[in-house]
Amino acid sequence: MTTITAGVDIGSTGVKAVLFDGSILARSVLPTGWSPAETGERALADLLLERGLRRTDLARVTATGYGRKIFREADDIITEITCHAAGAFFLEPEARSVLDLGGQDSKAIALGGDGSVVDFLMNDKCAAGTGRFLTMTANLLEVDLRWFDALGEGETHLISSMCAVFAESEMVGLLASGVAKEALARGVLDSITSRSAGMLQRVAARGPVLFTGGLARCAPLRRMLERKTGLEFRSSEHSQTAGALGAAVLGAMKARVRRAIVV
Amino acid sequence: MATLRSSRVLLDHIADESPAAPVRVKEAKERGVPVVGTFCVFTPWELVRAIGGVSVSLCSTSEKPIAAAEAHLPRNLCPLIKASYGFALTDTCPYFHFCDIVIGETTCDGKKKMYEYLNRLRPVHVMQLPQTTEGETARALWRAETKRLKDVLESFYGRTITDDALREAIRLKNRERRVLNRFFAVARLDPSPLTGLEILAVSDYLKYSMASEEALSVVEELTAALEEERRLGKGREAEGRKRILITGCPLGKSLHKVIRAVEEQGGGAVVAFENCGNLKSSSDLVDESCPPMEAIADRYLRIPCSCMSPNPRRLEFLSRFCGEYAVDGVVDVILQACHTYSVESFSVREHLKALGIPYIAVETDYSQGDEGQLSTRMNAFLEMI
Ligand code: SF4
Ligand code: SF4
Repeated sequence: MTTITAGVDIGSTGVKAVLFDGSILARSVLPTGWSPAETGERALADLLLERGLRRTDLARVTATGYGRKIFREADDIITEITCHAAGAFFLEPEARSVLDLGGQDSKAIALGGDGSVVDFLMNDKCAAGTGRFLTMTANLLEVDLRWFDALGEGETHLISSMCAVFAESEMVGLLASGVAKEALARGVLDSITSRSAGMLQRVAARGPVLFTGGLARCAPLRRMLERKTGLEFRSSEHSQTAGALGAAVLGAMKARVRRAIVV
Repeated sequence: MATLRSSRVLLDHIADESPAAPVRVKEAKERGVPVVGTFCVFTPWELVRAIGGVSVSLCSTSEKPIAAAEAHLPRNLCPLIKASYGFALTDTCPYFHFCDIVIGETTCDGKKKMYEYLNRLRPVHVMQLPQTTEGETARALWRAETKRLKDVLESFYGRTITDDALREAIRLKNRERRVLNRFFAVARLDPSPLTGLEILAVSDYLKYSMASEEALSVVEELTAALEEERRLGKGREAEGRKRILITGCPLGKSLHKVIRAVEEQGGGAVVAFENCGNLKSSSDLVDESCPPMEAIADRYLRIPCSCMSPNPRRLEFLSRFCGEYAVDGVVDVILQACHTYSVESFSVREHLKALGIPYIAVETDYSQGDEGQLSTRMNAFLEMI
């Protein structure tokens, strides 16, 4: 009998769900909307429907993310840090750390050889160093976010402000004085790089680093991070659902332990 | 022997008593008892007692008066300093309202500069605290400052402080410290029969009860009841919780959110507080066999506050308490813009790492907006241990 588990990651902007039976069986991403708990339930129900399964076929459901505590269906509640680590380790067993740069927050996690968390840091108070900073810059430069992904090497105009709010007015001034958009954009990426490298350093991160979150797609950012830290960065097509995946993986481990006790 | 009241009854009694503390200060004031305001555990309590006075803590941990304080103080200043000043400025703190004089110390920069403004609202006497605990010069300075405080109190109140009164005060405060130490030690049981908030409620209760014999015996009875209940297996606590020690900046109501985040969902149990007013203050006694003024001065200079440089005793205390309380992890609570504690965070982390004890630092303020973030950090930390 295979054990099937589910992981549901209720984030502030998106709900991600994964069905897991030793490998990824199905996954989905929905916008969180106004009712995180209902969206979480719907995400799970949709996946079950898609695979022709019932709730009773699931050995365990694990909730994670900022809305984890309001998700009533859950057998276990585990924080996104622990789940993210487990998910990253499943996707990339060689990874020794994780850098997650999302839209609202960022985190650096140092991993043990078994995918457990050795140390971690989170930033969810300050916009600099998260996707918010990039979105803000995109609006200011009147480009879309994909534009950054294609940014080549070239002149970089460093931003001196440590705070995203001050950086914005600094950039307005720089644009007015004729600094090129591209140079400014590289400056912003450089500033995100410095912050992220600092976080990785503080958790004594080793390589390879699994790079996840919305900003992981940005190739120039990844290059800068590699140069700055001297570590190898990897990414995965499943990186967006790493938290939900990790929740399902941890659920499977629990189910196995429980079965062992029952037998 | 009279039967003990249960720990539940006693803890409820302690919770009911707390709101009465300001009333007791008002009554003391009306009886002509000197009311001395203090901010920090460096103020020698025994001197205030010896002049027949009561000392009240003005150290505020409420978010409310911060906006008012920002009319005079910068925004990026420690919330403890702003809240304390704001309460005084708006005259909304009963303790400040009733105090005749305030004693401050040159601890951190923000506090000592704030005292300059506070002096406009109430006479403030600032003790010159040396920046280090080591060496003869520091000791001589602090002994002289302790003597100067005695002179100031004597001339301010027109009373004399006798050696006998000092000895009596030393004995009383040492007794309170011992009572507290025995109470704190109950949390060494595994699992601890207390929650972190209960531990704080008891130390606050003693802080505001002016060392009354009645309050001391309530805490002694509570300690005995908790031990007895454990012996009889009448525990009410969950097993398997991770044992957490809290260190860092002074705590207060607004920072209870950190303790709640540790203890929610039964993940952790706060078993020890190294912060001011708790183990840091109670575990060191004044030497009763030495001349009182020197003994008092020397005891207070030994306080391992991050304002001191170097501050090796904080690390020694941490090692000791982590061992005594079988601690699984340490949470360092740092108030925003507190330089001394945030700089020390690195050395505390290194020290604990060498001992193999997991450590996390959280930076926060008195607002309640970061409860979700604290919960994620604390739960992830507990999962990591
Ligand atoms: S932390 Fe230092 S300055 Fe603050 S109350 Fe404690 S002893 Fe005083
Ligand atoms: S918490 Fe830090 S900044 Fe605030 S009063 Fe105490 S030592 Fe000073």
